[in-house]
Amino acid sequence: MLRLEKVSAGYGPVQVLYDLDLEAKPGEILCLLGRNGAGKTTTMRAIMGLCDRTNGRVMLGGTDISALPAHEAPRQGIGYIPQGRRLFTEMTVAENIEIGLMTRKKGKATRERVLDMFPRLRERLDQRAETLSGGEQQMLATARALCLEPSVLLLDEPTEGLQPSMIQLIRDAVVTMKDQGVAVVLVEQRLDAVLSIADRVAFIENGHGREVVDAEVLRTDTSLLEKYVGV
Amino acid sequence: MSAAQKSLALHLGLIGGLFALAFILPTYHHGNFARIMVLATYAIGYNVLFGYTGLLSLGHAMFFAAGMYGMGLAMQYGGVPALPALFLGIIAATILAAVVAVLALRTIGVAFMIVTLMFAQTGFLTILYFGEWTRGDEGFVLQQKVRQIAGLDLSDPMTRYLAAWVLFSVALLATARMMHVAFGGVLVAIRENEERTRMLGYNVFAHKFAAVVISGAIAGAAGAAYGLLFGYVGATFASVQYSIFPLLWVLLGGAGTTIGPFIGALFMFYLIDYSSGLTSAYMLIAGVALVLLTLFARAGIAGEIKRRWAPWLP
Repeated sequence: MLRLEKVSAGYGPVQVLYDLDLEAKPGEILCLLGRNGAGKTTTMRAIMGLCDRTNGRVMLGGTDISALPAHEAPRQGIGYIPQGRRLFTEMTVAENIEIGLMTRKKGKATRERVLDMFPRLRERLDQRAETLSGGEQQMLATARALCLEPSVLLLDEPTEGLQPSMIQLIRDAVVTMKDQGVAVVLVEQRLDAVLSIADRVAFIENGHGREVVDAEVLRTDTSLLEKYVGV
Repeated sequence: MSAAQKSLALHLGLIGGLFALAFILPTYHHGNFARIMVLATYAIGYNVLFGYTGLLSLGHAMFFAAGMYGMGLAMQYGGVPALPALFLGIIAATILAAVVAVLALRTIGVAFMIVTLMFAQTGFLTILYFGEWTRGDEGFVLQQKVRQIAGLDLSDPMTRYLAAWVLFSVALLATARMMHVAFGGVLVAIRENEERTRMLGYNVFAHKFAAVVISGAIAGAAGAAYGLLFGYVGATFASVQYSIFPLLWVLLGGAGTTIGPFIGALFMFYLIDYSSGLTSAYMLIAGVALVLLTLFARAGIAGEIKRRWAPWLP
């Protein structure tokens, strides 16, 4: 389980998050919603230790990981797929996957399991990452993060700019991870996607944590969406 | 044939070819090739940092000179035999690289270039300052009688060639191997995207530190070998010019390829050699060639071959 306790964070003198509390349970998809600039991406970066945390704790399964250097978060089992994918473009698909596997010394079984989830990548193992389509690149970024066999997966707008068939593939992969007991934290702009796969939704407004509700509630009552997202 | 087999065949072929040339080349080119192999070793060291890790240093001459002076001063004033002196040179360069890494890696990008340049200039001026010992610009000559390892006279052209060949072969195979193991993959990942590499759980600073130290150690080995094989130790090798050379060799040959440094050093050496025979403005010819290569082969010679025809090229 991932828990944020009163986390304040920002970039140098600019504070973005204020005493944020958040909890993602194993086997659930928690979606972060809020307007642009609300602090959704910063929340993810704060979890990973990629921005300045000025207060609070990040707990992973009862262990405080706040003081660990940034590169330790993945080793503890947190996978992060940032916005824009950020692949190693000059490496092949196989090399991108390999470098994901090496971190936690995962072997062939993990590789096969990940490739089974994205058969299209198996067909393109020797292809350079930069030559893949946008959807395939997202698949590869997801596959690489899954090579860590994470207990928590952070996804920042994974379907941005993808065609519908690719969105469905990514969505299926996320649901599979959830079914395997992974706690998924998702930032997503597409409300239909959020409502179709999220278990709970946490609203963030101007860096403050607001309501956390079951997604089911939002399917019938859209007042919170209007209030915090403006739709 | 798998990519790994092709890669092995290429490296062994190059090493075998250079060995065969020892018995074929005329005297003039024989001496040139010995020099080129030592300089290519220097470029291989530079390539570890620049080509694979993406850190552009403008101060590698300090490591080359640390190896050279570490070896030379130990022999000249300490009476240390050649082989231990060679290792002392490598140790001196390695320690210097570790110290520089700790300080310079606090910076990135252009700042890293400037900091390494400043360190190298400090090294150069230090050599001049202690001119009483280092003989400053003038340098000092290592006598033929002390340039011997296990009874082999390193001033003998064939012995010198083969010693340079051994040094180059070890450096080439070691870096080729390094790029086939996890460590090499992480260096390339750092070059591609530092933050992403960190987010996959790799200690980026530790890997960059190791890259600077390995790079400095190889450059130091080349510097020590150069002094030992050619019998001269001088401040020129610590000047900024000798920091720029490996950058040019690697860029021309192909940054991030194992054979690129050799190709670049070979190409530049003979380009300057031939053009200086044609005109006193030989650097102009070299400059034009460099501009043309930059325009039509941006990835360098081996880099372009890799891009177009041989993606398996390591």
